[in-house]
Amino acid sequence: MNITTPKTLQIRTSPHIVRGLHTHDIMRNVVLALLPVAAFAIYAFGLAALLVLSVATFSCVLTEHLICRLTGKDTTVGDWSAAISGMLYGLTLPPGLPLWMVAFGGIIGIAVGKALFGGLGQNAFNPALVGRAITQAAFPVAITTWYPAFAVERFQSLPSSTLALPFMQPVWDAVTTATPLGTMKFEKQITATYDLVMGFTSGSLGETSSLFILAGGFYLAARRMLNWRIPAAVLGTVAALSGIFHWIDPQEFAGPMFMLFSGGLMLGAVYMATDMVASPMTSKGVVLYGALIGVLIVVIRYWGGLPEGVMYAILVANAVSPHIDSWIQPRVYGTKLKKEADLRQEQIQTESATR
Amino acid sequence: MIPFRTKKTFAHGVHPPENKNDTSRMPIRQFPFAPVMIVPLSQHIGKPARSLVQEGQEVMRGQKIAEADGFVSVAMHAPASGIIKRIGLAPSASGKMIESIYIAPFPSSSQEINEGQPCNIDTATPDEIITAIQQAGIVGLGGAAFPTHVKLKIPDDKWVDTLIINGAECEPYLTTDHRVMLEQQQDLFTGIRYILKATGAKRAIIGVENNKIDAAESLRANLPVGEPLSVEVVPAKYPQGAEKMLITALLGREVPSGGLPADAHVVVVNVATAAEIGRLLPTGRGIQERVITITGPGVKDRGNYLIPIGTPLRFALETAGLTDNVSRIFLGGPMMGQAITSIDVPITKGTSGFVVMTENETRRIPEKVMPCIHCAYCLDACPLFLNPSHLGILAKFSEYEQMASEYNLMDCFECGACTYVCPSNIPLVQYFRVAKGILREKKAAA
Repeated sequence: MNITTPKTLQIRTSPHIVRGLHTHDIMRNVVLALLPVAAFAIYAFGLAALLVLSVATFSCVLTEHLICRLTGKDTTVGDWSAAISGMLYGLTLPPGLPLWMVAFGGIIGIAVGKALFGGLGQNAFNPALVGRAITQAAFPVAITTWYPAFAVERFQSLPSSTLALPFMQPVWDAVTTATPLGTMKFEKQITATYDLVMGFTSGSLGETSSLFILAGGFYLAARRMLNWRIPAAVLGTVAALSGIFHWIDPQEFAGPMFMLFSGGLMLGAVYMATDMVASPMTSKGVVLYGALIGVLIVVIRYWGGLPEGVMYAILVANAVSPHIDSWIQPRVYGTKLKKEADLRQEQIQTESATR
Repeated sequence: MIPFRTKKTFAHGVHPPENKNDTSRMPIRQFPFAPVMIVPLSQHIGKPARSLVQEGQEVMRGQKIAEADGFVSVAMHAPASGIIKRIGLAPSASGKMIESIYIAPFPSSSQEINEGQPCNIDTATPDEIITAIQQAGIVGLGGAAFPTHVKLKIPDDKWVDTLIINGAECEPYLTTDHRVMLEQQQDLFTGIRYILKATGAKRAIIGVENNKIDAAESLRANLPVGEPLSVEVVPAKYPQGAEKMLITALLGREVPSGGLPADAHVVVVNVATAAEIGRLLPTGRGIQERVITITGPGVKDRGNYLIPIGTPLRFALETAGLTDNVSRIFLGGPMMGQAITSIDVPITKGTSGFVVMTENETRRIPEKVMPCIHCAYCLDACPLFLNPSHLGILAKFSEYEQMASEYNLMDCFECGACTYVCPSNIPLVQYFRVAKGILREKKAAA
């Protein structure tokens, strides 16, 4: 008898099969889930939004690619993580931000927030938020100048600030407005919940439509590409704390519905805080992490000098995240019992010693 | 018939594609004798057996050709009537050369099986049953090949109340245990009686995964009346067939870290092993054949075969037929099986089957290792609640001591669920095997 003896046999150690869900698949799905949010941003804010999002994404991806080239590594653009950072960064920006400022933040976000830490998997902070924090620090006025949503001519014309020349003071159009959180903070006026949920308000590009953000979040959570415990803990904490304070003093403190659906909370809780790299890994750990973000947001919004605190809350929690991971380890199978047995043993020993 | 409740399971685990349909409905068939058989003296965990035969000697099928050397060792029996061609080194699946007995079967022999001293269940003491199991050469047929009599010898300071018969067969592709549960039920029930008597357990539970519901129903319909036997069904999930996981699934007990199932008052025996005990002990025979699954996309004649132990893999492949784009062959299932380097290795007692993969399946496995993105999929997969992600980082920095002392590395039984789910292709379980090996060497040197 004769068989065609295999000429080569692969020698590998088990397991010989893999699930086949790769990092780039997860990242690509996050981009997919963000597309409706981005589409709504463009629908609400027009051409300016399209330009800001494009420049933000492009600057992040290009920076990642160039840094890989400069350091002599294969480009890591294919893992889609820079694209996520770019889109998220763009979604946190106001519609009229000058494009050169957008690019500046994107470059810093990837270069400092990601590449300096060692690239994907090593970044302690969410690169998109690092980019936004830098932009906010460098251009505090520009990043808090808002245009109203659904302006009539949003698809025909651009705000004059968008195309401002680099390093020149932008000229602002007269139609600037305030965000719901701004009016709450400085004028003590509450925006209607319906407008907040539907996204009829002003704000950063991606933060106004809670509906699309939640839909994307549910999609990712259902596919286990997002840990649902994080947004649940963040939103739950904010709702609970604001509920208590609103009950104590409804005049001073806005209620839970306003807190949940205004500002960047939804976008931050669903897409930013859930950055796998910068969040803890255990179930208990992520709940603690989410609760910390929630507490910080409420504190900054109620008592801080700024109307919004989601970005800082998440960045602080990012810094704490590795420590949460080293404090909270999963309970290893069969270990709790051992301790109980030890305790019983100790009890017996102490009993016999006292006798 | 009342449907089975299939809620009971353990936490975490993974769901690899089962790929069992190719062979699960195929009855066990007898495999022909190879022209030369190779019987390694070490087919089990423990000390190799001591040869009792010389080159040129004629042996009968079932005759004892090597005896146990010490307690953690078992006897070997001739798989066929024939002549001892030589005794020398032969390749094994692990890559090591192992002292083995080469037997050339007589071409025209009737191949009747030599019988020995029967072990009567009514008169034998537990210790006599345990000795008989050792003399029959029985080891764990699920794949671990740990001598069964050692497992059944409960230490004096421990006791067991429950015997779990492991019919989970959670490895993809393999259908050996499935067929045994359908076709060797009387042997299985007899074997369970022997084991209950040997261990002093009060009841036996046959645990079956719900992808073998036909086997569970058939077993339950044929359960002997008036005996403390039951069949329970658990949802299909890998690695349910691991002793600790099945104990937790069926009884809700946990085996203490570093302990044995007996610490949770349980003993777990694979169904094929139990059936083998029930088949061999009443006649006093030794184990000289076993059921294996020959399957995988690279095999033409897939099926479940009763194959003589010592059949060279080359002969088995020739008989079953291969396609011409074979890329990988492994003994055991795809999650924990061992890829082989040479097809001249023999089928041993611990071989529950082999799977032949073609280039179509193996090409898809990407080679590039990406950075860990802390997705925590491995934490959600690990049935022991270890932290594979962190262990992997420690392994990279060679912090083996810390892996063991702070992160329970030594509890890992290498099921591979972490590597299976890792989206970054990090070879986690492979790191852990290396780390455990190094720690064991260090301990042995100290």
